[in-house]
Amino acid sequence: MSVCTLRIDDQDVAIAAGSTVLQAIRSAAIAVPTLCHLDGLSPVGACRLCLVEVEGSERLLAACVTTVQDGMRIHTNSSRLQEMRRTLIELLFSEGNHICAICVANGQCELQDLAVRVGMDHSRFSYRYPNRCVDLSHPQFGLDHNRCILCTRCVRVCDEVEGAHVWDVGWRGEHCQIISGLAEPWGAVEACTNCGKCIEVCPTGALFHKGEGTDEKHGHPGRLAALVQGRSRQELEP
Amino acid sequence: MALLDRCAEVAQQPGSGITVKGVGCHGPCSDGPLFSVACGDEVRLISVQSSSASELAMELQEALSRGSLREWVPRGCRSLDPQSPFLALQRRIVLERCGQIDPEDLSDAESAGAYQQLNAVLAANNPEAVIDLVRRSGLRGRGGAGYPTGLKWATVAAMPGAEKRLVCNADEGDPGAFMDRTILEGDPHSVLEGMAIAAFAVGAQHGFIYIRAEYPLAIARLRRAIAQAQQQGWLGTTIAGSRFSFDLELRVGAGAYVCGEETALIHSIEGQRGVPRPRPPYPAEHGVFGLPTLINNVETYANIPVLHRLGLERYGVGTKVFSLTGHVSRSGVIEVPIGTSLRTIVETMAGGPPDHKPIKAVQTGGPSGGCIPAAALDTPVDYDSLQALGTIMGSGGMVVMDSTTNMVDVAAYFMAFSREESCGKCIPCRTGTVQLELLLRKLLARKATVADLEQLERLSETVRDASLCGLGQSAPKPVLSTLRHFRADYLALLQPLEASR
Repeated sequence: MSVCTLRIDDQDVAIAAGSTVLQAIRSAAIAVPTLCHLDGLSPVGACRLCLVEVEGSERLLAACVTTVQDGMRIHTNSSRLQEMRRTLIELLFSEGNHICAICVANGQCELQDLAVRVGMDHSRFSYRYPNRCVDLSHPQFGLDHNRCILCTRCVRVCDEVEGAHVWDVGWRGEHCQIISGLAEPWGAVEACTNCGKCIEVCPTGALFHKGEGTDEKHGHPGRLAALVQGRSRQELEP
Repeated sequence: MALLDRCAEVAQQPGSGITVKGVGCHGPCSDGPLFSVACGDEVRLISVQSSSASELAMELQEALSRGSLREWVPRGCRSLDPQSPFLALQRRIVLERCGQIDPEDLSDAESAGAYQQLNAVLAANNPEAVIDLVRRSGLRGRGGAGYPTGLKWATVAAMPGAEKRLVCNADEGDPGAFMDRTILEGDPHSVLEGMAIAAFAVGAQHGFIYIRAEYPLAIARLRRAIAQAQQQGWLGTTIAGSRFSFDLELRVGAGAYVCGEETALIHSIEGQRGVPRPRPPYPAEHGVFGLPTLINNVETYANIPVLHRLGLERYGVGTKVFSLTGHVSRSGVIEVPIGTSLRTIVETMAGGPPDHKPIKAVQTGGPSGGCIPAAALDTPVDYDSLQALGTIMGSGGMVVMDSTTNMVDVAAYFMAFSREESCGKCIPCRTGTVQLELLLRKLLARKATVADLEQLERLSETVRDASLCGLGQSAPKPVLSTLRHFRADYLALLQPLEASR
């Protein structure tokens, strides 16, 4: 296997050809925020938080969907990128109803962690307070659209890993919403296997186990990677 | 249609000596409805002002009984001067047959030269020569971005694998743009012939025309044209006796502007949700159903037969079709040589604003484009000059605005459009367009401060730099270009206290 050498910030990194820039960044232990990306799921490049500057390219490139090339020089943390990431996080907060104090994911929320990390103490954009609903029709789980950031991890894990394809995105633009089945109540969707993978990959408190409080609510993103890897080595029955 | 039927009745009478047929758009919308009278080589456009279909048919009958139609101008009608700049300064090569042939009759199109170039290309049997011709012509994509067409074709042709696909992007969605519609409704065979030549050149066996559902007449005429071309052997297996086979099918959109973006369009053809995906891989490598795919716009394909017919020298720099709307005396669809100055188009040809108000700006490229100030009207209309001014050639929509226009209003209109049409996949476009429109509305309500204006500018840059696809990346362009050329309009809208700071 051939190897690519690249320079990320001020570190030289060697990584197998065909890897993504994000893998190279992570291998160098450089922290770049992500939300839609999750090891084990197909990349979509939707959250735009992992945008990096690549010398010689006018455009910013999403690290999760960009393949490494030998000799690449990458900057992950310029002031321009820092400002952009903060803006993106603020936009996320402005479009939903993210009230940490009453959220089951308080203290365990990737969005909350990112807000702290990018130094966001308030949103410079006006809050939209959209009128969104909560779906509690499933016997074990709940979905609070107020907290959903449309990362589509649940859509992908259900389709790609569980193979049930319960979730999808309905409507468009600011009206986008995660839908179960054909926009039916979750509890009415027979395809759901009650596996709970969507709950485990949800970065916020949008998908949750009924009866869990903040003490019990923990994401388990690592489990997914272990499952996918195990399957690829045929250690686990699919 | 009543006029067509009544006149056809007259023509059917024995010894009338004339034929009456329905044709596509003639071009000058503001003079419509129009019909043309062709006697020998002389073709006159006649604008119907105040007469009814039955009156016109009676006049036709009388004129025929008197003899020739050469000088005929019915009562209640006006003959358009062929020397008027709107008509005389055009170079109609792509639109040559629009308004001349019956788009529903293949034999009429054939007698005007349709499919002769496909026939010649298949007889010569040299795909490389076709690509070379397109490359040397300098033809660039007419859909908006202006990517070199020959290079795109060569890339798809060089892709490994025997199965390839061809797509025609007919999802014309920019507000104020109706060029592709004119071509499809007036001369659909030019597009089919261009697609067949392209398919032969790149080695594609199957093609799709992705057309927006809002064009029912274009859809009906395309369906008919495809069926007739198949029947006549210009599409299907062993075309014109060669070993080349090419099938074509129509896919009708469901009303999403973003499906004009090529990766979203591909998803839509595949039956998936029409959202863009990051590129690379480009469609040339990974397109419809994962196959190498050539995607071009309607007008690009329509250029191919005429390029072959004229040859490099006579084709020259080529032409661009524009749809002229807004504050102009004459609106409609025109075709001019690339490099014609904006002033020639909007002042000389379109006659400027109707009541002699000065022009303030010309908007090109729709929601992805920008506004050109009156001071830059002498700019030649070509891809690079427009880009230097912060706008794009785009697909060809051209909206002229007079001095009464507030450019913040214009920016807010386009931002509302982008907000409505955002697919919602990536954050900067989904929510950034909402916040940008709110800021523009705040300005228009005279409630904005200097800080709001700064935020508008900064957020515009973020949405441009961070969005996933072309729709989001260009959504702030109407704001950025009006800020660049018409900042005074923004400053005048600040809170009274703020403006003096």
